Amino acid sequence: MQRIGVFVCHCGTNIAGTVDVKAVAEALQYEPGVVISKEYQYMCSQAGQDLIKEAIKENNLTGIVVCSCSPRMHEATFRKTAAAAGLNPYMVEIANIREQCSWVHKDIPTGTEKAIILGKAAVAKVNLNAPLTPGESPVTKRALVIGGGIAGIQTALDIADAGFPVDIVETKPTIGGKMAQLDKTFPTLDCAACILTPKMVDVAQNDKVRIFSYSEVTDVSGFVGNFEVTIKRRARYVKEDICTGCGLCTEKCPQKKVPNEFNLGMDNRRAIYIPFAQAVPKVATIDPDYCTMLKSGKCGVCSKVCTVGAIDYQAKDEYLTEKYGAIVVATGFNPISMEKFDEFAYSQSKDVITSLELERLMNAAGPTGGTLLRPSDGEHPHTIVFVQCVGSRCASCAEKGKEYCSKICCMYTAKHAMLIRDKYPDTDVYVFYIDVRTPGKNFDEFYRRAVEEYGVHYIKGMVGKVSPEGNKLKVRASDLIDGKQLHIDADLVVLAAAIEPDKSARPLATMLTASMDTNDFFTEAHPKLRPVESPTAGVFLSGACQGPKDIPETVSQAGAAASKVIGLLCKDKLTGNPCVAHSDEWMCNGCSTCEKVCPYGAITYQDKEFRMPDRTVKVRRVASVNEAVCQGCGACTVACMSGAMNLKGFTNQQIMAEVDAICK
Amino acid sequence: MQVTEYKPLIVAFCCNWCSYAGADLAGNNRLAYPADVKIIRVPCSCRVNPTFILRAFQRGADGVIICGCHPGDCHYTSGNYYTRRRMALLFSMLDYLGIERERTRVEWVSAAEGAKFAATMNDFVSTVAALGENKRLEDLRCKK
Amino acid sequence: MQEITRNALVEKASALLADGTVGRVLAWKRGEFDYDVTPAVFQTAEELARDLVWNDFCGANFSKYLIKETEKSDEKVLVFLKPCDTYSFNQLLTEHRFNREKVYVIGVPCAGMLDVEKVKKSAEGIASITEDSDKIVIETLFDGALTLDRASLLAERCINCKSKKHTAYDELLGEDGEVLDSARFDEVAAIEAMTPDERFAFWQNELSRCIRCNACRNVCPACTCEKCVFDNPASGLENKAASDSFEEKMFHIIRAFHVVGRCTDCGECSRVCPQQIPLHLLNRKFIKDIDNFYGEYQAGAEVGSRAPIVDYTTEDLEPNEAVERGDDNA
Repeated sequence: MQRIGVFVCHCGTNIAGTVDVKAVAEALQYEPGVVISKEYQYMCSQAGQDLIKEAIKENNLTGIVVCSCSPRMHEATFRKTAAAAGLNPYMVEIANIREQCSWVHKDIPTGTEKAIILGKAAVAKVNLNAPLTPGESPVTKRALVIGGGIAGIQTALDIADAGFPVDIVETKPTIGGKMAQLDKTFPTLDCAACILTPKMVDVAQNDKVRIFSYSEVTDVSGFVGNFEVTIKRRARYVKEDICTGCGLCTEKCPQKKVPNEFNLGMDNRRAIYIPFAQAVPKVATIDPDYCTMLKSGKCGVCSKVCTVGAIDYQAKDEYLTEKYGAIVVATGFNPISMEKFDEFAYSQSKDVITSLELERLMNAAGPTGGTLLRPSDGEHPHTIVFVQCVGSRCASCAEKGKEYCSKICCMYTAKHAMLIRDKYPDTDVYVFYIDVRTPGKNFDEFYRRAVEEYGVHYIKGMVGKVSPEGNKLKVRASDLIDGKQLHIDADLVVLAAAIEPDKSARPLATMLTASMDTNDFFTEAHPKLRPVESPTAGVFLSGACQGPKDIPETVSQAGAAASKVIGLLCKDKLTGNPCVAHSDEWMCNGCSTCEKVCPYGAITYQDKEFRMPDRTVKVRRVASVNEAVCQGCGACTVACMSGAMNLKGFTNQQIMAEVDAICK
Repeated sequence: MQVTEYKPLIVAFCCNWCSYAGADLAGNNRLAYPADVKIIRVPCSCRVNPTFILRAFQRGADGVIICGCHPGDCHYTSGNYYTRRRMALLFSMLDYLGIERERTRVEWVSAAEGAKFAATMNDFVSTVAALGENKRLEDLRCKK
Repeated sequence: MQEITRNALVEKASALLADGTVGRVLAWKRGEFDYDVTPAVFQTAEELARDLVWNDFCGANFSKYLIKETEKSDEKVLVFLKPCDTYSFNQLLTEHRFNREKVYVIGVPCAGMLDVEKVKKSAEGIASITEDSDKIVIETLFDGALTLDRASLLAERCINCKSKKHTAYDELLGEDGEVLDSARFDEVAAIEAMTPDERFAFWQNELSRCIRCNACRNVCPACTCEKCVFDNPASGLENKAASDSFEEKMFHIIRAFHVVGRCTDCGECSRVCPQQIPLHLLNRKFIKDIDNFYGEYQAGAEVGSRAPIVDYTTEDLEPNEAVERGDDNA
């Protein structure tokens, strides 16, 4: 039986004005377990707290009920008071007789009656309270960044700067991501490579950062502070530590007909290749799909020309397991496939390209050496049509494209139009748009320049059809402002393809038990207040994996994610919330229902040995809750039929006791 | 002839993060609602077990209302979505058993909606009061 | 009359016992009368030859028995499952209630089972019952032989059979059937169409007959808790015998709620109820609502499926809309 003290606060006249506090204290002293019941002017004052402390010591109280303001106000205060007097802080319950009683009810009899009932409910609950101790878990002081684009690079650099080791896992042979493929960046028109490649070098040279390129995460277990991650290092058939990146092999390889993915298939590379000159790590990779040596055992040219003996045809995929305290997801985006948009003749004409392909066509390191030439015949295009929102904002055709705005297209199209008009003033540039969206620093000024200074023809309206005829592309479109149909004979059509999360994101989210929205963007812990954290503790979000973003936004989010990681890794121990779910293993039947509703993946099932009443040993499948991961929502407790799963601090029995007390 | 005014007994389960805070805000702004409403704080609306609701009715409650964060705003991201399905099915079942459907309700009340909290409670109390005493789901032994 | 003969079952089971594939057999055994067939465990060919029955009274669903039977020895358990039983079987596997490797499932086609109560009502002093294609011949002590249409004696759950297709088996006797488009929700819809007062009166009449024998719970393949909340003093809900009409409702609502999304609609609860309470109409209401609110879902159609009650979409309808939608569909 508990020994409970009840402390009724007047809160000046805030409570005492509508509630007869003396009557409340008197009524509650006869409740089961109550040994002392007092009232005082201001319980939260030093004198009030001293009164509570003394009462705890004098009466050997095992629990207290404070009838006062909202627990959201002073629960923490009174828990500290209790702790100072040697009582477990979770043996404190608050009856909210101010916000939810005296302030909303008018007359004293009503207020008093309700305050007594609320007090009784709190007493009934404390009778069933048990001392709780927050769990502690150690923190592995190393972070994992999944994805080596600008988001991942920036996050890794910032974490490393704070002195913590970081690993970057990148699926491609090099880090750099989409930004490495870009030509210039808006709204400053500085070259992407000039600002990105120094960062790539910084990462490579930072002794706190390890780069696992050509690798992927295959398994994640554990929880915040204590993740265990399996990383698959795909065989690149070139020894990374020996290869000097001289590139001789990539010149001598006889297999010349491999579509170059870095240039989006617009030119070819060899079967052994380095994606681009500034690749990090700058080592060659053999493409097993095209290498004749790997496919048929005949060739071996690269091995012969390699002066350092870096080629290893026998290489196998390797798996390594590492421990991390925090994981940052930076898996980025891809343009969507243009397959479903055949009205724009993407599959019919080489001269219908996506914006990312245009980036490569304008890039000095691209397939045309930076001169804008038509992919079909290598001629200079004189009339170029840009189509905005291809697959973006497709509310009515969700099966074709995406409902959301891809956010970056308006600005990069303005950039492209401006660059083309700047370099080739004899070119006519048309941009068809639904809206031009330019919210961002210097963004609208940039767009105005495209229109006003560079004479780009912006036309509000959609392109209906593109048909290749001879060496022209017949573009049929509508001008919504002038209300007329337009026919343009274009040389090049550029589609601003919507962007979508990388395909690797969905399986990764499953591994991380991180939630995603219907578009496969990662969900934030809170859309406004915790935008760089995933709801799964210890998992953070950086860059376009969370939603479409331009480079400055990505970099700032990357820094924010890094600061959250640093804040976590600084701690030696994590203290949890003790009001977490707990499974009664003897009652659990292992059905896995609770596991399915847990938003945090805090529940796992284990086969455990039990000594049964008949002295046999039985292996039973039972749920166990990871207290470091559980946030205490209680979804599992209702999913559990037998009541084996309960929530500490809000047990079935406690809540039912409150119900009974109120309904008595 | 009725002499005393009938006072219904209402149990309100409020999630800690939104609705309980909304109720506090109603208090801060002194927005009155009947004292018949007694609030029980739960971490999330998904903590509310159907047994709690039936237990309240059994012990003589005339109405039970569950308040949680608006869909999409759950502190635990998905708790109120489970609440929504569970309560949709439970309420439909109670209706099927001939229990007055007005006796149970789910409302989404954010921490900023003190006025909505008070208005919801006023409305719910008057709806339940109009129904009269809960006779169909009570345990007769518990009546004094 | 069932398509597969009793002897086919005996032969199959005996062969599998003989070659060591299985160590025990779960099958039906004759009780005191022809119509009270009871589940039994067989361990020898002699027992099988002597006691196994396979007839129109083999309603019992053995899925749940596998939880205990598979634990009893290292040998496999042979189980005969009718199509509807296999749904329960899958649902129990979804919930990890036994090890699939320890079970050898033989699917048996089912032509529907008879309602024992209907049989008993149609004849007094039943001495024996024989089946003759679509007729049932009842030999009585006082009135001689009665010949009745088999169809008129079918159990409700078999009239509204949801599936003749086995969703799980290692071996199948005879031909497998199809999932059927049954009218099983008609009765639920009829209750929904009543006024609230009529509905209350209907259920008051039904549920007040409950004697809390717990047969429904004990037979239910979805009720597999280590300890039922209604038996557990620590749960705060412990209630061994209902003392008034509320507690019957409490028990049955909570029981139905606990099997939401897990109930395969096998109908065992109603079959075993000694008071003939149509308990399946509670579970079916939930199934109908789930189909209606969240898209069609059949528990046990496959192993590992996620029940709608432990799932959600951001666009789900609100609870008050759900109740109102019930009206439109009534």
